[in-house]
Amino acid sequence: MLSMPDDCILQVTDLKKHFPIEAGFFRRKKIGAVRAVDGVSFSVETGRTLGLVGESGCGKTTTARAILRALDPTSGSVLFRTREGIVDMVKLKGPALKGARADMQMVFQDPYSSLNPRLPIMDIIAEPLKAHGYPKKEREERVKELLSLVGLRPEYARRYPHSFSGGQRQRIGVARALALRPALIVADEPVSALDVSVQAQVLNLLLDLQDRLGLSFVFIGHDLSVVRYLCDTVAVMYLGKIVELAAVDALYEEPRHPYTSTLLSAVPDADPHAPWRRDIVKGEVTGDEREIVGCSFEPRCPYAQEICRNQTPELSSGTVQDSTHLAACHFAGALDLEGVS
Amino acid sequence: MKKMAPDSILDVRDLTVKFFLDEGTVHAVNGVSFSVPAGRSVGIVGESGCGKTVSAYSITRLLPKTARISGEILFRERGGDITNITELEPDGGDMRRIRGKEISMIFQEPMSSLSPVHKISNQLSEAIIQFQGLTKRQARARVIELLQLVGIPQAERRVDDYPFQLSGGMRQRAMIAMALARNPRVLIADEPTTALDVTLQAQVLNLIRDMQDEFKLSLILITHDLGVVAHMVDYVSIMYLGMVVESGPVIEIFDNPKHPYTRGLMHSIPKLRGRRGERVEPIPGFVPSAYALQEGCPFCERCPMREERCTKGIPQRVQVGSEHYVCCHVYQPGEGEPDVVNA
Repeated sequence: MLSMPDDCILQVTDLKKHFPIEAGFFRRKKIGAVRAVDGVSFSVETGRTLGLVGESGCGKTTTARAILRALDPTSGSVLFRTREGIVDMVKLKGPALKGARADMQMVFQDPYSSLNPRLPIMDIIAEPLKAHGYPKKEREERVKELLSLVGLRPEYARRYPHSFSGGQRQRIGVARALALRPALIVADEPVSALDVSVQAQVLNLLLDLQDRLGLSFVFIGHDLSVVRYLCDTVAVMYLGKIVELAAVDALYEEPRHPYTSTLLSAVPDADPHAPWRRDIVKGEVTGDEREIVGCSFEPRCPYAQEICRNQTPELSSGTVQDSTHLAACHFAGALDLEGVS
Repeated sequence: MKKMAPDSILDVRDLTVKFFLDEGTVHAVNGVSFSVPAGRSVGIVGESGCGKTVSAYSITRLLPKTARISGEILFRERGGDITNITELEPDGGDMRRIRGKEISMIFQEPMSSLSPVHKISNQLSEAIIQFQGLTKRQARARVIELLQLVGIPQAERRVDDYPFQLSGGMRQRAMIAMALARNPRVLIADEPTTALDVTLQAQVLNLIRDMQDEFKLSLILITHDLGVVAHMVDYVSIMYLGMVVESGPVIEIFDNPKHPYTRGLMHSIPKLRGRRGERVEPIPGFVPSAYALQEGCPFCERCPMREERCTKGIPQRVQVGSEHYVCCHVYQPGEGEPDVVNA
C-alpha cells in the first residue's frame, strides 16, 4: 500500500530521466546519456502551488512531462493522490493510467501551437471529455460551463482558435485542462508567450480558479517575478537537479544556494531605483553528457572551493536547523548571499 | 535644410507606416515622434503589434515593399549635415551607406538572423571586406578582434564555427560583433534578450552597455520588458497601437506615470520585490485590430478613465513635466489634473 503525508497531493521521489545518446549508422550503440532530470524529489501540498524555476535546459519541462507520464521516467516514483486513492504514476499502465490522468492535467506554454487550428474550440475543450467517454449532450453543456468559468462567452464555442487573441487562447487551454475536473494542474510556462497586460489576466485567472476549485498547481516558469506572485513553494533547478527548495518568501529573501542568489540579482526589476547586478553572472550552463563529479554549479560559482569539485552536495538544510529550507550546497547557510526583500 | 535639436543624432517626426495588403490596410505606425540624443539611450516599449519594431525598421528602411512610409526621420551625419531618411531610396546608395555603417541593428532571434550555412568568419568579414577594403586576411584578424571584444572565449577557434555550434548567448554576442563591425554611431536593438535566459540576458545587456561606452553609441532599445527598460535607457517612449502615448525620462515615467495605459502596464506586472500579497491588475480587454483606424483615442476601449470626448478625435501631445509628454484627452490644457483611478 502506497502512502504519503495527508496534506500532500503529489510526492516525487528521486525522479530521473536520462535520454540516451546513440552513435553508429548500421548498429546504433548507446554512447552516453543526457541527464535531463537527475534525481529530483519534492512534494506538492493540496491546494497549493509549487514553482519549478530554472534556465532553459535545466530539466523543468522534462520533470513536468515525467510527472504526467507524457514520457517514461528512467527511475524514481511519482505518488499521486487520485479520487480512487494513491497511485504511483511511474508504474501505471493502460486504463489505470488514463484514469489517473483525469485527475492531473496540463496547460501548455504556447497557446498558438497547442490548439488545433482546424477544430472549433467546442471540440478542442471537449476532447478530454470525449476520450473519457462522456456523451455528446453532457460534453456540450460542460464546455459552455467551462467557457464561462475561464471568462469567455459560451457563444464563442463554435469559433476556431484563429479568432481569439493570445490571452483568450490561453483561457481556452486552461478550460481544456479543467474539463475533467482535475485536482492537479501542471502548467508549463503558461504566460511566457503572452503580452504583459494580458499575462496579468491569466495569472489572476489561475489564482481565482485555485480559490474556487481548490486546485493544486505545479507551475513551471523562468520569470522569477511571476513565480513569486503565484507560488507557495519554489524549487530551483540547475542541470537536472534541484539546488534549492523552500517556501517562496524564504527562498527570495534569504537564498541559501549561490545559484538562486545569482538568478535573483540578474533579474532587472521593473523599477529604476531597484538594484540590478548585471555584472555578477559569469559563464554559461556547462551542459554535457558526462556525469558531473562535484557540484554542477561549481564552474560558475564565485564561492567554489576544493570540496565543490570533488564531492556532490546533497539537498539538505545545511548548518541551519530548518527542514523546510533545503539547498544543495556544501556551504548552505554559511554564505552571506544576497536576496530580494 | 532641415533643422533638428542640437544634441540629437536622430529625430523621428510624425512617422506613419501603412501596409497595403490584399485583406486591407494595416495602420502599423500612426504619427510617431521621438528623438535620440547623441550618445544616450532611448527605449521604445509596447506590446506585440504596437508598431515598435516597424518604427525601428523604418529607420533602417528594411520594411517590405508593401509598406508606405511618410513623415520625417532626420539623421545627423558625421559632418553635421542632416539627411531625411524617409526621402531616400531603401536600396539606393545613400541608404546603403547609412545602414550598417551609421545605423546598425541587432535582432531578437540570432539563430534566424545569422545565416546557418556560413561560418561566423565569413558572415562578419563580408561587410568589412566590401566596405573597408581590407584583404581577407586582414578582415579575419579584425573579426577575431571583434569577437574578443564582445567576450567570446577562444575567438581564434570560434571564428570558424557555424552559428548552430554556438550557444544562444554566444550567437547574440556574435550578432553584436557584426553590428559593430563598421563602427556605427546608432545601434538599434530589437528585443535583443527576449530569447535568452535571465543570467544570459544580464550578460548581453551588460555587453551592450559596455559597447555603448566604448563606441560612444546612441542606442535605441526596443522591448516589451519594463524591467529591461527601467535599467538600460535614459528616455522611454511607451507605444500603443501605432502611437507614442507617453514619453519622457525613464525615472520620471516610472515614478510618475500619467497615461492610463502606462499606469495599467505598471500595475499589471508582478514585481520581484516589495508589493507582497498585492494582486496585479490586468488591463481589461485586448489590443484592437490595426486594420481599422481608430476614430478616437486608441486606448479608449480599455481605458478606466474613459470619457465622452475620448471616442472622438485623436488626443494631442501635451507636456506634463520637464521633457515628459503624454497623449491623453484627460490632460488637455485647462482641465487640470484629474481624479485618477489607480493613482
